Amino acid sequence: MFDPVVLPFIFAALMGVSILLYVVLDGFDLGVGLLFPFADEAERDRMIASIGPFWDANETWLVLAIGLLLVAFPVAHGDILTALYLPVAVMLIGLILRGVAFEFRAKAPLGHKRPWDVAFWAGSSMTALSQGFMLGMYIMGLQWTWPTVAFATLTAGALAVAYSFIGAGWIILKTDGALQRKAVDWAKGGIWGVVLGMGAVSAATPLVSQRIFDKWFSFPEVALLAPLPLLSGALVVSLWWALRRLPMEGDRFAWYPFVGATALMVLGFGGMAYSFYPYIVPEQLTIWEAASSTEALSIILVGTLFVLPVILGYTVLAYFIFRGKATKLSYD
Amino acid sequence: MGEERKRCIMDTLLLSRIQFAANISFHILFPTITIALGWVLLFFKLRFNRTGERKWMDLYMFWVKVFALSFALGVVSGITMSFQFGTNWPGFMETVGNIAGPLLAYEVLTAFFLEAVFLGIMLFGASRVPGWLHTTATFLVAFGTTMSAFWILVLNSWMHTPAGHEVVDGVVVARDWWAIIFNPSMPYRLAHMLLASGLTVAFLIAGLSAYRWLRGDRAPATATGLRVGVMLGAVLIPIQILAGDMHGLNTLEHQPQKVAAMEGNWETQGNVPLLLFALPDEDTRSNAFEIGIPSMASVILKHDPAGVVPGLNDFVAEDGTVMHPPVAPVFWSFRVMVGVGMLMLVVAWAGAFLMWRRGAESLPRPYLWGLTGMTFAGWVATLAGWYTTEIGRQPWLVQGVLTVEQAVGDIASGMVLSTLLAYMAIYVALLAAYIGVLFHLARRGGVLYEPVSSPGMQPAE
Repeated sequence: MFDPVVLPFIFAALMGVSILLYVVLDGFDLGVGLLFPFADEAERDRMIASIGPFWDANETWLVLAIGLLLVAFPVAHGDILTALYLPVAVMLIGLILRGVAFEFRAKAPLGHKRPWDVAFWAGSSMTALSQGFMLGMYIMGLQWTWPTVAFATLTAGALAVAYSFIGAGWIILKTDGALQRKAVDWAKGGIWGVVLGMGAVSAATPLVSQRIFDKWFSFPEVALLAPLPLLSGALVVSLWWALRRLPMEGDRFAWYPFVGATALMVLGFGGMAYSFYPYIVPEQLTIWEAASSTEALSIILVGTLFVLPVILGYTVLAYFIFRGKATKLSYD
Repeated sequence: MGEERKRCIMDTLLLSRIQFAANISFHILFPTITIALGWVLLFFKLRFNRTGERKWMDLYMFWVKVFALSFALGVVSGITMSFQFGTNWPGFMETVGNIAGPLLAYEVLTAFFLEAVFLGIMLFGASRVPGWLHTTATFLVAFGTTMSAFWILVLNSWMHTPAGHEVVDGVVVARDWWAIIFNPSMPYRLAHMLLASGLTVAFLIAGLSAYRWLRGDRAPATATGLRVGVMLGAVLIPIQILAGDMHGLNTLEHQPQKVAAMEGNWETQGNVPLLLFALPDEDTRSNAFEIGIPSMASVILKHDPAGVVPGLNDFVAEDGTVMHPPVAPVFWSFRVMVGVGMLMLVVAWAGAFLMWRRGAESLPRPYLWGLTGMTFAGWVATLAGWYTTEIGRQPWLVQGVLTVEQAVGDIASGMVLSTLLAYMAIYVALLAAYIGVLFHLARRGGVLYEPVSSPGMQPAE
């Protein structure tokens, strides 16, 4: 029914979109958690309220991404996850802590609220750091050596800072007053981590393989890639310009840091996808070598084409319903 | 393969199995609650829409908190499981990925997103959306959890009674999706699990309401919660006993070795007794200290005292390889499940009788304490039931297709041990916190609620 050459490409694209949506959406949730220690208790309640209705659905994009990897590229799924056994475990424990602390802090006896806040921060940190670590290891071809681990440690920190940055952008968008001003300061600090992280990944990626190096620096490919760093640079400059002036009268441009951070993540992700395509396990396994049978992929694709627009539709509905500034989180 | 290396893989296999068992046991506790609680919440909401009585909204507001907490625990432990397929059991997806993949994908696509998005609206949207949309969100969350259960039980059933597939070069290929989805054990397993969820929630609601009553909470919602819980239990338990019996007969047809282990029956023969107590011993291949009702197992399974029941000794290969499950765990977990089920029958029907005679407001205190003690009885029965069926599947991962040993990944056993210990510590802490918070919420009970003012919480005209 579907072409066996096109199908794996479609699934790689779907998986890419899921990962990107996850990184942006759960990125801001996790970022809010990472910023917890800098806020006082009332501010923390409001920060939680700003992500309350969304975090569960945001995390589901990770399930979809890993699910697509599992079902569409089972061999790659096994290879990647066994190579990343420990960071995956750390991430899972982080996700558990983050998710349950969210609920427990609102329902446990008052005296227990603080430990659950710590658990929320710790869970968010473990998740962000391990994801950054996995990103680094993936770029380094999933090899465990001292230099690759050192690089992965750098990307771990960078991704955590990037999440904090987009989290601060979210808080600027969803709150006002003292907390919003604080978040502007957090974003001003975070943006340098983002620049460092993107710089480090950009410097390391072409050095990993000759293939990627050629893809980046040979003509005419270099012209294809050139807009990415140029746009990223322009975004960083404009973000810095905006952050120095925020908050503005009438809450103008409060949306800009979040949208700008999202655009930066999209650009960064685009660069990665461009570099590693067509490999799914870097330099070892292409998406065609790793793909499931055409029958299995076809039956999933049919469902996906029907259901994904519906999912996107009601996700937009949820964001629309909970638009505007976050107020006290309450069940009624 | 060197002896040393072989031993290492056996360690990894055992540890990976313990880790997956711990994870899935922890996980199933929470869907068992949310599957049925979603529908109970819809019932509360609809009653409120119809009557406008405050107590229905109080019940909704109380149990939606339990739902949110249980849902979060179910989600995070479920994500852990989906990753463990890759980290610990790569052979599973590599062999049966063409079947398991689409089923899992459909679960995420048709259920997971639906639940997660509308949960946000259900929990926090009441002041922002009209009442009908809030009721719809409640329905969609309940529907989503049930769809989720459907897809997962389709896959699980297929692992017990595979159908509609073909094995090509060691890889399973789908041939008939209708046969795969409606595989022989699926309808029975799905019905049995959905009823188990209903019973778990019935006793959870009855138990916490009884606890609130004992603590002196005389809010109308407390008595109504008590009535809803006990009545739901009283209605569901006989249906569950029937469904369980039919599931057992289905298992006898497709996995006779599992039924042989459940009955502790070694030799294929007629007039097999129903054992109430025994210590199955696989070394001597016999039972010690048997106490049983003569011919009763034959009657239950074959509806004939002389009915021939398969025995475990039929499932030992010529070379001595045992191809039946470990007997004692299956034998005992089956008895725990049935025992708790019988206790539920007695307690629920006694409660229904007492309520009919004297009303929900004047139940005797010892009975209320009994209900409180049985708050999590559904968990015990559900876990025991899953242990019966899943241990009963051993040594197979997919019956007749793939053994557990073939599917395990090549991870250093020390690494598996370290993650296992970390998961265990977290699960124990979270379970304690969960139960603690539920009783804490019950103690706060009636004083929890602020006046109902939001549009989503107004009854429909």
